[in-house]
Amino acid sequence: MKHFTKALLGAAAVVALMAGPSVAAEKAEVIHWWTSGGESAAVKVFADQFNAAGGEWVDAAIAGGEAARAAGINRIVGGNPPTAMQFNTGKQFEDLVAQGLLGNLDDVAKADGWDKFLSPVLTKAVSRDGHFYAVPVNIHSNNWLWYNAALLEANKIEPPKTWDELFAAMDKLKAAGVIPMAQSGDAWTQVLLFNDVILGVGGRDLFMKVFQDGDVDAIKSPEFLKVTETFGKLRNYGDEGQQGRQWNQATGLVVSGKAGFNFMGDWAKGEVIAAGMTPGKEVGCVPGIGHQVYWIGGDVFVFPKTDNADAQKAQALLAHTMLTPETQVAFNAKKGSVPVRGDVDMSKLDACAQAGLKLLADPNASVPGSDFLQTPDVLGSLQDVVGQFWTTPSQTPEELQAKIADIFASSN
Amino acid sequence: MKPRFFRFWMAQVALAPAWLIVIFAYIGTILWTIQISFTSSKVFPVSNYVGFSQYTRLFGSERWIISVQNLAIFGVIFIIGCLVLGFLLAVFLDQRIRAESMFRTIFLYPYALSFIVTGLVWQWTLNPTLGIQQTVRNWGWESFTFDWLSRGDRAIYVIALAGMWQASGLVMAILLAGLRGVDSELWKAAKVDGIPTWRVYVHIVIPILAPMFATATVLLATAVVKVYDLVVALTNGGPGISTEVPAKFVIEYLFQRQNLGLATAASTVMMITVLCVLAPWLYVQYFRQPRSAH
Repeated sequence: MKHFTKALLGAAAVVALMAGPSVAAEKAEVIHWWTSGGESAAVKVFADQFNAAGGEWVDAAIAGGEAARAAGINRIVGGNPPTAMQFNTGKQFEDLVAQGLLGNLDDVAKADGWDKFLSPVLTKAVSRDGHFYAVPVNIHSNNWLWYNAALLEANKIEPPKTWDELFAAMDKLKAAGVIPMAQSGDAWTQVLLFNDVILGVGGRDLFMKVFQDGDVDAIKSPEFLKVTETFGKLRNYGDEGQQGRQWNQATGLVVSGKAGFNFMGDWAKGEVIAAGMTPGKEVGCVPGIGHQVYWIGGDVFVFPKTDNADAQKAQALLAHTMLTPETQVAFNAKKGSVPVRGDVDMSKLDACAQAGLKLLADPNASVPGSDFLQTPDVLGSLQDVVGQFWTTPSQTPEELQAKIADIFASSN
Repeated sequence: MKPRFFRFWMAQVALAPAWLIVIFAYIGTILWTIQISFTSSKVFPVSNYVGFSQYTRLFGSERWIISVQNLAIFGVIFIIGCLVLGFLLAVFLDQRIRAESMFRTIFLYPYALSFIVTGLVWQWTLNPTLGIQQTVRNWGWESFTFDWLSRGDRAIYVIALAGMWQASGLVMAILLAGLRGVDSELWKAAKVDGIPTWRVYVHIVIPILAPMFATATVLLATAVVKVYDLVVALTNGGPGISTEVPAKFVIEYLFQRQNLGLATAASTVMMITVLCVLAPWLYVQYFRQPRSAH
């Protein structure tokens, strides 16, 4: 009898041990680069929702997109992949797909009906050869012009709609002794400004010809020369403190009334809100000057391939959780971006986001961001020549045009 | 015969781990890097060989050419500047001055900082709207201009200046040790002969210090080739691409621009350049048999 009880106890212990892991939450280690105040508040929404759904979020935040991507890729190649990792929507994870290192998300996509709520541009961006490889989580737009409403009013300037109006307004501000245009010294912000000029001066067609088709003739055209000329003219309106200035410091100059205008993506709203102001009110927004076109950018998460059944379960659960309507609304409200689902309540978004949504609804008023269309290699070369032109006043618009034509000619 | 043979093999066995590390970790990875530079690798190494096309692109790239020129400008100014400044500081300290150890610490202190800190300090100091220029203007000299940091044609000199600020103290320490080793009899003899002090330094002391200068130059030269963090912190390659350097080119193409082929081509060129500079020196140091030895 004694033996029997012992055996029973032993068996119970074994059962308990075996049951242990399957009761425990599905662990998901997630690499991302959302480390600023607003960003980490947003990513906490993901963590909370995932934990509530029965998972266990293991946060692996790495400051700086490049550093985070390099760390994640190294771990995937080294055979110790994270459960999920962040990329920018676009071509950044293309090579991982080509090497067969990313998990296929078709099952989750089918079960959740991604095709019903994702826009065609996003669907194209996260799938390769008809299979889904990434979860898009937000839509960011790069080409916004922000202005200090009080400063414009004090100088009797109407919010500009065309480039001529903008230049006239900036001349007035210059005469009044304020910085007309706050610009950061980081090269990526110079390229962001250049892309804004392509879209605003050249319009959607020129942008697509350049970035999608790599059409060298379009770059050599008089329309593109007008783009480089306008960009060159903008050089006269920055101040000499640009070098070493971060994007948020540039936006801060507009928020504090030291500068009139700033070209920056919609993440600038985080700075506006942090200063206790309302986007669209004290700091106004123009969704693209000249031609109004919505630039579609954003972030995705990919799920590296694994043989571990628990990890696969965690991946499926995480992919599902990130796209539920509740998560999408809560996450994007914190992040300052637009939900990827067209079927959620957008009425709570601010005035600027509403203006963006209107453009987004019209397929002819939006473009996929340059990250969707070109490799980091080509975009990096573009960044070099644009940055050089911006900081070398003696360089002519014709030279910039020729250099950009060279980049696309050699990449084709 | 036998004990010698045995000793030889014991030594080889003891050295084996070191040999393995050298062969696999250094030579192996160098060869692998060179191999990748002949492929069209993007994020991952692939074996699609494309001949010298990465090298063609590299030398057609304006950014690479600017990087190499910047390295030359930085290298010459930095090394000569540090040697001159370090020597003058050492001579100054060698005058049996009061509170010598305090000055020695102050001069050597910047070397204890990392290049990142040096870069940030100088970035703030030289920022036209925050640092020296603004301060002097606030004092009332309204037209004062010192905006080298935001000028593409001058920013590389600012980097060399910041580098000199940091590394001169090290040269000073090395040369000071050398100066203390100069035989005091020499000074007395020179004094008896009525030779001016500056001539003693130029014609007697500097030749004696030649090995110290060589050591300092080697240390400074390695800092030049690998300069990366100073540039990242001070200008991040800007304005535009006017202060780019080769090491930054390699890192950026490796990790951000996802072009392993081009990055490894650039690092191979860097290695070949270093070898070209080192080869004559190595030959003189290790391979030329001293005539008197045999």
